[in-house]
Amino acid sequence: MKRSVVTCSLFVLTLVWFAVCSAAQPIKIGALFSVTGPPSFLGEPERNAAQMVADGINKSGGIKGRSVQLITYDTGGDATKAVQLANKLIKDDKVVAIIGPSTTGETMAVMPVVEKAGVPLISCAAGRKITEPVNKWVFKTAQNDNLAVAKIYEYLQKKKLNRVALLTVSDGFGSSGREQLKAQAATHGIQILYDETYGPKDTDMTAQLTKIKGIKADAVICWGTNPGPAVVARNAKQLGLKLPLFMSHGVSSKKFIELAGDAAEGIFLPSGKVIVADVLPDADPQKKGLMSFVKEYQKLHKVEGDHFGGHAWDAMMLLKGALEKGDDTPAAIAANLERSKAFHGIGGSFTYSSTDHAGLTKDAFVLVEVKNRDWVLVK
Amino acid sequence: MDLLQQLTQYAFSGLSTGAIYALIGLGFAIIYNATGIINFAQGEFVMLGGVLTHFFLIVLKLPAGVAMGGAVIATTVIGALFERLTIRPLKRPTPLSLVIITIGGSIFIRGVAMLVWGKDTQSLPPFSGEEPITLAGATVMPQHLWIFGITLLVIAANKFFFYYTIRGKAMRACSFNRTAASLVGIDVRKMVLLSFVISSAMGAMAGIIIAPLTMTAYDVGVMLGLKGFCAAIIGGMSSGFGTVLGGLLLGLLESLGAGLISSGYKDAIAFIILLLILFIRPQGLFSKAQTERV
Repeated sequence: MKRSVVTCSLFVLTLVWFAVCSAAQPIKIGALFSVTGPPSFLGEPERNAAQMVADGINKSGGIKGRSVQLITYDTGGDATKAVQLANKLIKDDKVVAIIGPSTTGETMAVMPVVEKAGVPLISCAAGRKITEPVNKWVFKTAQNDNLAVAKIYEYLQKKKLNRVALLTVSDGFGSSGREQLKAQAATHGIQILYDETYGPKDTDMTAQLTKIKGIKADAVICWGTNPGPAVVARNAKQLGLKLPLFMSHGVSSKKFIELAGDAAEGIFLPSGKVIVADVLPDADPQKKGLMSFVKEYQKLHKVEGDHFGGHAWDAMMLLKGALEKGDDTPAAIAANLERSKAFHGIGGSFTYSSTDHAGLTKDAFVLVEVKNRDWVLVK
Repeated sequence: MDLLQQLTQYAFSGLSTGAIYALIGLGFAIIYNATGIINFAQGEFVMLGGVLTHFFLIVLKLPAGVAMGGAVIATTVIGALFERLTIRPLKRPTPLSLVIITIGGSIFIRGVAMLVWGKDTQSLPPFSGEEPITLAGATVMPQHLWIFGITLLVIAANKFFFYYTIRGKAMRACSFNRTAASLVGIDVRKMVLLSFVISSAMGAMAGIIIAPLTMTAYDVGVMLGLKGFCAAIIGGMSSGFGTVLGGLLLGLLESLGAGLISSGYKDAIAFIILLLILFIRPQGLFSKAQTERV
């Protein structure tokens, strides 16, 4: 019995071997994600989503009859390691394009490498510096902070809530948001009355909020990632602060609602469309893609697809589009990526051009409100 | 909201954060008083208390009492193992090697906790409701009252243990002079173990009662541990009111600093106080200087 199993599997393996040999060479795509390390909350869903797309392409017959081989390396969130692995992908694996890395720091470190080698890179990180100024070889899929800020300010302007208090976390995410909040205030007619920070590990923000309560602000904007904003929400409730509270897209996950509990009720935040995919109007061009992404991801990984997986999904799909348009040489891929038009992905509708390698507008975000421990769209 | 009302709120916020620091600081002080060791893994015991309670209560769905008791017991066992496996095997313990060992131990415990329970922050339900209580125009959460109450209880129990029981007295004897203590028949090793048992249990308890307010994750121990250490230093490493006053003072200054000056300086304030005290009054604010006889 055992022997027959071995013979059978050998036979099947041989068949597969022949099949592989007779088919055309696969298209090699490299991927760098921080699957471990502090940014693993980004890297893990990104890797899963990228592999999901690659498997999907191969199942449906590949790109122009050729299969896709995704070579993924884990950077551990370390910029030095990311550079080494990028070199490995380019020199040893001879990939035609790279997606990732997960963080802005790693992306900035890898950019000179891909530029020198002339290999297109589609980063999954959000920093504006990645695509401003435009680098011929570097694209990105994650939404810029400034679009989220614009979304909030647009709403404030509409509701005539002109005086705001800022409370931002004192790390990279918070200071970048703070910069944008201050830079865009004047153009939206917003006046910043209070501008304070909190530490990423702080457990009590009542002092800052007490001060905010004492001034005549119309709204509070808090910029941070979990758990800080949840503490702010709870403290605001404790102090009986009645002002509308706005958070950043950094907390647009169910985890925030879970952590803040009842204090999350009535909080506004700009968010990518993934988390509200099911309540989007049918006319939204992204809806179909979003629904299938969320469902497919859930089928494979038991959790709903999120923004971060979406960044890698978008990167793979944009790459697929570019490969379908022309040659698989790195230069042709970069040129065709730049011609991507109105691709309705997860992070938004992308239109790249020679002057814009981020490709999104503020329509990539929707404003949501927390109601009954769930998200509802704010019209 | 006028200035007076704001000041009251700063004071209340500061005192309630300070009570947390005090409770953690007491853990430092107990081990220090029994053994002369500054246990930098104290913050990890606090983390374990919160994380284990979350694990028992939310993941395993045990009743609240069992979950909290289980978390204290499990942390105590870890504390005892920590002493047996890292502190005791040391042949010639010097203060420096002990400090390095406890720092290494804390990194290890944090790493294991991250692997076992993941990196997400978790919240715990409060003991008694989420309705804030208004006192003189300022608000506190019911959980703050629990923290105050339990801190008081712990100080009282400490005082009683260290001054009125034979074991407590033996532990104090060890801290004054190990050799002399062993000469009069005190099992020094047992006392060291006991001090770790007591302070890990206390750390776990602190972690459990603060988790509903501050939330918990594998890495909360670092900052809380440092702030607790500051509190203990301000209080001159006393296992009684000194450390508690130190904690309250620290919390108060942080809150007033964040409110009146700038929140950016909040942590700086804590560490500037720590440095000043180490420079000017290394024996702590509330105790007399020790004279050493040659």
